[in-house]
Amino acid sequence: MRHLLSVDDLTRADVDGLMELTDSFLEVSRREIAKVPALRGKTVVSLFYEDSTRTRISFETAAKRLSADTMTFGVKGSSHAKGESLRDTVQTIEAMGIDALVVRHQAAGAPHRVADWVDAAVCNAGDGRHEHPTQALLDMYTLRQHLGSLEGARVAIVGDVLNSRVARSDVKALDLLGAAVTLVAPPTLLPSSLAGWPVVVHHDLDDVLPELDVVILLRIQRERQDEGLFPSLREYALRYGLTAERAERLPEHALVMHPGPMNRGVEIDPDVADGPRSTITEQVANGVAVRMAVLFSLLGSGAPVAA
Amino acid sequence: MHPPALVVRGGEIVDATGARRADVRVVDGEVVEVAAGLDAAGARVLDAGGCVVVPGLVDLHTHLREPGDELAETIESGARAAALGGYTAVVAMPNTEPALDDATVVGSVLARGAHAPCDVVAAAAITKGRRGEELAPMGELHDLGVRVFTDDGFCVADAGVMRRAMEYSRALPGAVVAQHAEDAALARGGHMHEGEWSSRLGIPGRPEAAESVVIARDLELAKLTGARLHVLHLSSAEGVRLVREAKEVGVRVTAEVTPHHLVLTDAACASYDPAFKVHPPLRTSSDVEALRAGLADGTIDAIATDHAPHSPETKDRPFEEAPPGMLGLETALGLVLTELVEPGHLTLADALAALSWRPAAIAGLDDHGGPVGVGALAHLCVIDPSAAWEVDASALASRSRNTPFHGRKLTGRVRHTLLAGEPVVVDGEAQR
Repeated sequence: MRHLLSVDDLTRADVDGLMELTDSFLEVSRREIAKVPALRGKTVVSLFYEDSTRTRISFETAAKRLSADTMTFGVKGSSHAKGESLRDTVQTIEAMGIDALVVRHQAAGAPHRVADWVDAAVCNAGDGRHEHPTQALLDMYTLRQHLGSLEGARVAIVGDVLNSRVARSDVKALDLLGAAVTLVAPPTLLPSSLAGWPVVVHHDLDDVLPELDVVILLRIQRERQDEGLFPSLREYALRYGLTAERAERLPEHALVMHPGPMNRGVEIDPDVADGPRSTITEQVANGVAVRMAVLFSLLGSGAPVAA
Repeated sequence: MHPPALVVRGGEIVDATGARRADVRVVDGEVVEVAAGLDAAGARVLDAGGCVVVPGLVDLHTHLREPGDELAETIESGARAAALGGYTAVVAMPNTEPALDDATVVGSVLARGAHAPCDVVAAAAITKGRRGEELAPMGELHDLGVRVFTDDGFCVADAGVMRRAMEYSRALPGAVVAQHAEDAALARGGHMHEGEWSSRLGIPGRPEAAESVVIARDLELAKLTGARLHVLHLSSAEGVRLVREAKEVGVRVTAEVTPHHLVLTDAACASYDPAFKVHPPLRTSSDVEALRAGLADGTIDAIATDHAPHSPETKDRPFEEAPPGMLGLETALGLVLTELVEPGHLTLADALAALSWRPAAIAGLDDHGGPVGVGALAHLCVIDPSAAWEVDASALASRSRNTPFHGRKLTGRVRHTLLAGEPVVVDGEAQR
């Protein structure tokens, strides 16, 4: 694997391989000294043009547990504030001698452009409304832990699909692993065209819930209300929020996921977020191991992981 | 001292009157003789063997960037690019900094263009500062020779302002109000055509309706006012339909299309290369088909480049953060010949009409685009239709490099360009 820019870059065998690696790195993470020398001498730079807490820390933790040297380039206090272009910035960083760039950017395709400009491996940590492939991988890993296989699993993705990079990556990954995906949202929060998307669309959450194995809730950003995409957060919560009452319509075994950060009381009620169906904290824990697997695949020697 | 006589020898003339094999003798900038087998003794000879000799091309839509963004282009560099592309006249768009919205700025552009290797005429803004509010001094600008009025880059959103501009233009002979038809509210935040590809790529889209709602409104205003309307860079099938129907009922409307909208689709944006970002955006293959059909049936009058240079410093950014626009002057003819004429979508005569005499008529450029005949100013372009070449962004005369056609193989290229008899391009090389 040269770069990880999109779930499109992955075959099913790639995903299976990453999941196996994740198993072993999850075991490492549970040790007293949660560290292996797999990437000793490698340098991983996190280049974050958007505020992010969990993804940035997750990648940094993953790199450190693999013994890589890590640096973080945040947008604040950086050359970007002085008007330096993305291209100049990444070429400057690369000139310092680095092995991988983990890129979070507000514009779709920015990591693809970076990959054209540098020799280092590039991992997309979220680009605009396009993709967030490691989030999809950690979601798939978490689902496999619970369901064994995703073949035939019925999964709904609920909320702001239009503006969600998680949704784009999850749809592709779920399809790759054989799940059946339903998108549930008001029409204003869906892409104008879903040609080529392996999904069905519903506008009524209550109708869909009894048929599901998994419901993935997307974060509703408050500024979307200002754009007029829906009348109010209150109305959104009324129609699409997963309240405790609504969650009772789910089958007994069904899981509730959220990529975080959550708006409690909007797309998800606190009781559901903290309830037994919720995989939300597991997702975070698995995220570190999945990112270890990705970084190791991008930078590792190919030798087995040191026990 | 008179420059020596010049003979363009061995070509086939194609102009609005038809095609014929003849040499052309030029003295003091004028065509003095058109006949087969002219005696060239004592004259400079420009070989046109195997070539077509046509009236110089006329671009209705050129961004020369001067004043304000001379890093991207200057009047001189843009005019040189134009000459190399076969153009003898370009209409410079007014979205400069400051905007071409008063006589002083327009006068300075015309003065700087006076010695350029291509005639430079100015379009002027419809409204002061292109803000869409108060009318620019259209009459005073008309006195300076301005015929095309447009806030291009911005759409005149206020229907009342657009109505007044069109009404006012009726007192200005030859004047035309030209609209960048994209409704700002519908297009806001979008960076490419809204559809299958924008959804897949996660790039916010600009819907086709952003264009068609403005065209529909402006056609109604053209009916109301009786004024001339020109639709800039028509890009959608629906826009073509609206213009076609308006022409059928006698509305005074003309329209142009760019080579890139005739050749490329939104699928090109999958590379995330901002070279493919342009407003209005590249659309679908069915829009491309409709634009080609509209050109072939005369709904669309002209092919205009929308040559929009951006320096690498500003263009080479992530797609959503890059400015819209692409180069066009040096590739337009080759693209039209290769992609439209050669496959049979358009006859050579129709292509040349759309590149030369029809745009000349729209812009009121009486010296350009006319038949190659005795007494005419020798604004000529000699095209080698069989010359095969590959577009090389780094070899362009423009100061910018933002062509979406880098690496594309084309057949058909400008061999010589004559500006009022002066060979400004000879054998594909700019002479100044």
